[in-house]
Amino acid sequence: MGLMERLFARTGKIAWGVHPDERKRPVADLPLARLPLPRRLFLPLQQHIGSAARPVVQVGQQVAKGQLLAAAHGEFSAPLHAPTSGRVAAIEDITAPHPSGLPCPAIVLEADGEDRWGERLPTCDDPFKLSPGEIARRVADAGIVGLGGASFPSAVKLALSQRSAVATLIINGGECEPYLSCDDRLMRDFADEVVDGVRIVLYAVGASRALVGIEDNKPEALAAMREAAKPFASIEIHAVPARYPMGSEKQLIQTLTGKEVPAKGRPADVGVLVHNVGTARAVHRALRHGEPLIERIVTVNGGALERRGNLLVPIGALVEDLLAFCKLAFAPQRSLARLVMGGPMMGSLLPHARVPVVKGTSGVLALTADELPAITPGPCIRCGYCSKVCPMGLLPLEIAARVHAGELTAAETCGLTDCMGCGCCAYVCTAHIPLTQYFQHAKGELAAQQRIKLRQQHGKRLATARAERLAREAKEKAAIAAARKAARNAAKAAAAAQAVASEEASA
Amino acid sequence: MNLPTYSDTPATVAAPHAHGGASTAVVMRWVMAALTPATLYGFWLFGWPAINLWAITLLSALAGEAFCLRLSGRNALPVLADGSILLTGWLLALSLPPWTPWWIGVFGGLFASVFGKGVFGGLGQNPFNPAMVARVALLISFPVQMTQWVMPLPLTAANAPGFLQGLSITLGGLPLLDAMTSASLLGFVKTEAARGVDLLHALTGQGAPADSWTGYRLGSLGESSSLLLAAGGLLLLRLKIISWHIPLAMLAGIALPAAICHGVDPARYLSVASHLLSGGAILGAFFIATDYVTSPNTPTGQLLFGLGCGLLTFAIRSWGGYPEGVAFAVLLMNTLTPVIDRLVKPRVYGRTRGGAPLEPERPE
Amino acid sequence: MITAVLSLTLLGVALGLMLGVADRFFAVAVNPVIAQVEGLMPGSQCGQCGFPGCSAAAAAIVGGAAPVTACGPGGKTLAAALAAKLGVSLDLNAVVDSGPKQARVAEEICIGCCRCGSACTSDAILGASKQIHSVLTEVCNGCGNCVERCPTEALKLQPVPVTLTHWVWPKPVAA
Repeated sequence: MGLMERLFARTGKIAWGVHPDERKRPVADLPLARLPLPRRLFLPLQQHIGSAARPVVQVGQQVAKGQLLAAAHGEFSAPLHAPTSGRVAAIEDITAPHPSGLPCPAIVLEADGEDRWGERLPTCDDPFKLSPGEIARRVADAGIVGLGGASFPSAVKLALSQRSAVATLIINGGECEPYLSCDDRLMRDFADEVVDGVRIVLYAVGASRALVGIEDNKPEALAAMREAAKPFASIEIHAVPARYPMGSEKQLIQTLTGKEVPAKGRPADVGVLVHNVGTARAVHRALRHGEPLIERIVTVNGGALERRGNLLVPIGALVEDLLAFCKLAFAPQRSLARLVMGGPMMGSLLPHARVPVVKGTSGVLALTADELPAITPGPCIRCGYCSKVCPMGLLPLEIAARVHAGELTAAETCGLTDCMGCGCCAYVCTAHIPLTQYFQHAKGELAAQQRIKLRQQHGKRLATARAERLAREAKEKAAIAAARKAARNAAKAAAAAQAVASEEASA
Repeated sequence: MNLPTYSDTPATVAAPHAHGGASTAVVMRWVMAALTPATLYGFWLFGWPAINLWAITLLSALAGEAFCLRLSGRNALPVLADGSILLTGWLLALSLPPWTPWWIGVFGGLFASVFGKGVFGGLGQNPFNPAMVARVALLISFPVQMTQWVMPLPLTAANAPGFLQGLSITLGGLPLLDAMTSASLLGFVKTEAARGVDLLHALTGQGAPADSWTGYRLGSLGESSSLLLAAGGLLLLRLKIISWHIPLAMLAGIALPAAICHGVDPARYLSVASHLLSGGAILGAFFIATDYVTSPNTPTGQLLFGLGCGLLTFAIRSWGGYPEGVAFAVLLMNTLTPVIDRLVKPRVYGRTRGGAPLEPERPE
Repeated sequence: MITAVLSLTLLGVALGLMLGVADRFFAVAVNPVIAQVEGLMPGSQCGQCGFPGCSAAAAAIVGGAAPVTACGPGGKTLAAALAAKLGVSLDLNAVVDSGPKQARVAEEICIGCCRCGSACTSDAILGASKQIHSVLTEVCNGCGNCVERCPTEALKLQPVPVTLTHWVWPKPVAA
C-alpha cells in the first residue's frame, strides 16, 4: 500500500490476498438437506466470545425445543437454548472443537425424538414499532451470535451502535473461503428472510443505508438477494471481487466504502457496523417467529466424503454424526487425512470427530492427503511473496524471523498485533514455512507473558502488604508488652511503697 | 538474526490447510529455463570449451555445497535438489570468459558455494550474491585469465575445436592464439580512453556496436546474447517470479546517465544501446540483481536498489578502474539491502505512513 | 622528535589528571541499577535463587556474581528484561522456563498444623488450626517456601493447568 499501489490504484485491481481454487461447486448448487436428528446433542456453554453461559437446568430435567438451557452471564455473554426436546443427560466436560483437544463444559441433551416446541420467545407483527433497545434485548434473549465465525454476541454489537453513530450497515455475504457455501445457500433459499433481518438491524442501529457485499462468484445469490431487496431503497446489493480474504470485515469495509478501520480500532470508528447474512436471518427468525438460535446451515465438504452438501444442522450435533450422514469414502487414496472446522485458510484442525457443531461452525471439511500441503518446510529465501499478498500490508518474513529468534517484542514492533491470521502468507510461501502458526504462537506467548507479569505484580503487592502487616503486628505487640511491663513495674512500685508504709506503721 | 529453517512438521498443525503450490525448486527451475536459450546460443557461438567450462563450474558449485552441508551435519541430497546452487553456478559460468582454463571454473564454483553461501548458513542466509562474490574473487585474483576474451567460433564452423580439442583447450589451458584473443568492447573502450583516443575514432574499425544486437562478438556467454537473456527475463516477469521494479530501475540507472553523458560528450562516453547490451547489464538486471535473498522485499526498496546498481555500474564503467561494473555494483548494493529494508516499509492497513493509527472518522 | 615526545607525554599526563579529578568529584555513590533490578523482580523474598532476599539477588546479578536467569519464579520474562537492562546477551531459546507453578494441598494428608500459612510470602494459604488448609491459586506465586515447611508433605508444587483460554500454539519446529 505504498507509492506504487497509490499510483496504480485506479486500475481497480486488488493487490492483496490470494485466489485459491474455490472448490465450492457442485456442492453449492445441491439443494439444502436436513441432518436427521442425532440421538445426543453436546452443547458447550461457551460458543461465543465473552463469559460462558451458566446452566439453568438440572441433570435429568425434561426440556422442550427452544427452552433456555443456560443463561447469559454478565453483559458480554449469550444464552443457550435446546435445539430439540429431550432430557438433560449430563452437564460435564467434553472435548472442545479446538486444535488443542482440551475439555470444555457442556450440556449433554438426550433427544426424545418428538422435536416438540416449548414456549417460543415473544414475537411481534411489526418490529419497527419496538425501540432499538427492545430489539437488542430480544436479540440477546435469542442467543444470537455472529454466524460468520467470530461468534461475537450480536446484542453487544447492537448496543455498541447506541454509543457511537453508525452511518452504514454492512452485511457480509462474502464467504471467501474455499469449499464453504453455507451463506451462498442461505442467500439463495432464504433471501427474503435475510433481507427482512437486514431491515430490522438497519432500524435498530439507526443507519441510513445497508450495503450487502456478495462475492461475484455467487451470481445466483446476487440475483436472489437483488430480487428480495428490490422494494427497499435503503438496502443496496453489491458484487465484490472474489478474492480471499474479501469476507474479512476490514477488507470488506475498505472495498465497499473506501474507508480503513484505524489500527486497534473498531468499524464503529468509521461509522460502520458489520453483520453476517446468517446473523441477519437469525434476527428475522427471532423477532418474527420467536425462534432462538438452535440450528444453522453447515457445509460438509472435502475429498474424503462420498456425499457432500449443505446441511441444516442442530447446534450440538457431533461432527461424527455429520460424517456418518455424508459417508466417508472407501477408496484408500481418498482416506481421511485431516478434519477441519471452518474453511481451509483459517479453520481449526479437529483432534477427532467426537466434537460438536457450535454456533460459529460454518463448515466441516474432511480432507484427503492430496488436498493438503505435503512438502516439508525449508529455509526462508526472502522471496517476498508473503508481503505481496498480506491484506494488512505487513512483512511476514520479518515478523517470522524475529519470532523464530525468540524476540517477541521486536516482532510486535514489526506489526504482529496488526496480523489478522488470514493465512495468505503461508499459502504463498515458497519455502512452505508455517508463517501463520509462528504468529499465533507469538501472540499467545505475549498474552501469556502479560498475564504472568500481572500475576507477579499482584504477588509483589501482596508480599509488601504482608511484610507491612507483620511489622505493624510486631510493633503493636511490642507496645502492648511495654505497656504491660510498665503497669507491672508501677504495681510493683506501689506494692513496695505499700509494704514500707505498713512496716513503718507497725514499727 | 536467524532466519527459520525446518526439518519436521509440528504435531499440532495450524491453518492454512491449503497451499498455492509455489516452491523453491520450481522457481529455480524456471529461472534456469529462462537462461537456457541464451546459454545454448552461447554454446553454439563459443563451442566445446564453453560447454566444458559451464559443466565444470556447475559441478564444482554442487561439490562445494555438498561439502558445506556435510560439515553442518545436514542431509545433502534434498537440499541440492532444490536447484539453488546450480543456478548460482550457472550464473557464474555465464559471466566467465568462455575459453578460460578449467581451474578458474573449479575455483569459482567452490568459492561461490563455500564463501558465498555456505559459511553464512546456507540458503537464505547469505548477505551477498554468491555468483558475484565468486566472480569478483576471480577477477581480483586472476585478472589475466578473467580478461582474455575470444571471438566467437561457432560449433558448425570449419576450424572450430572438436570435442577432444575443446577438452584439451579447457583442461590443458592451450595458449590462445593472439589473433583470437582481444579485449571486450568495454575493455577496449577503457584502454583507448586511457590512451586518450576518442571513441568515435576507436570504434569505427570494430563494428562493435552493431554486433551487440546479434551477439556475434566477443564477451562472456551471458554477454553475447543480450536479447535472448532479455527474452528470458520477460518470461520471468510474465510468470511473476521477478517483479519489474529491479530490472527497470537498474536499466534506467545505466541508461539515464549514459544518455546524458553520451549527449554531452560522445567522444568519451558510449551510447545507451552499447551500455545496455554490453557486459552483464541485461544478465545483471534480470537475473543477478533480482536474487531474492540479497535484494530488498518492498517494491519501493527494490526500485532504490535497482537504481543504485545501475548508477554504480555506469560510474565504475565510465570512471572506475575496471571496465565492467555490474559485479561490484551488485555487491555494493547488497550491503545496503538491510538498510533499505529497515528504512522502507510498506504502509500498514489502518495506520499512517509513520505507523500511527489512523484518525477515526465518526459520522456526526 | 623531542617536541613530539614531550607533547604526547604532556597530553597523557593532562588527560590522566582530568580522569582522576572526575573520578573523585563525579563518582556515583550508590549504584542505582541495583534498585531498578530489584524493582523488576517478583519481590516475594522466597530465596529460591540462593540469596537472602531479592535485594541481595539484585546486587549479585548486577555485580555479575549471579546470571540473569537466577530468579526461578521470574522465568523467561524476567531474564529477558534483565538481559535488556544490563546489556547482557541472552539466548532466550536456551532458557529453561517450565512455566509458572502453583502449590496445592493434598487434603487427605493435611493435619492443620498452620506452619505453611506463616511461611507463605504472599498470604495465599487459608486455614485455621486443625482445619484443612487451602491455597488461593490466583495469589500463589510458586516460591515453594510452604512445601519445605509442611511436616506431612501435603503441599506440592504443580504447573499451572492449561485451560482453553490460556492455551498457546506451539512454536513450529525448526532444524
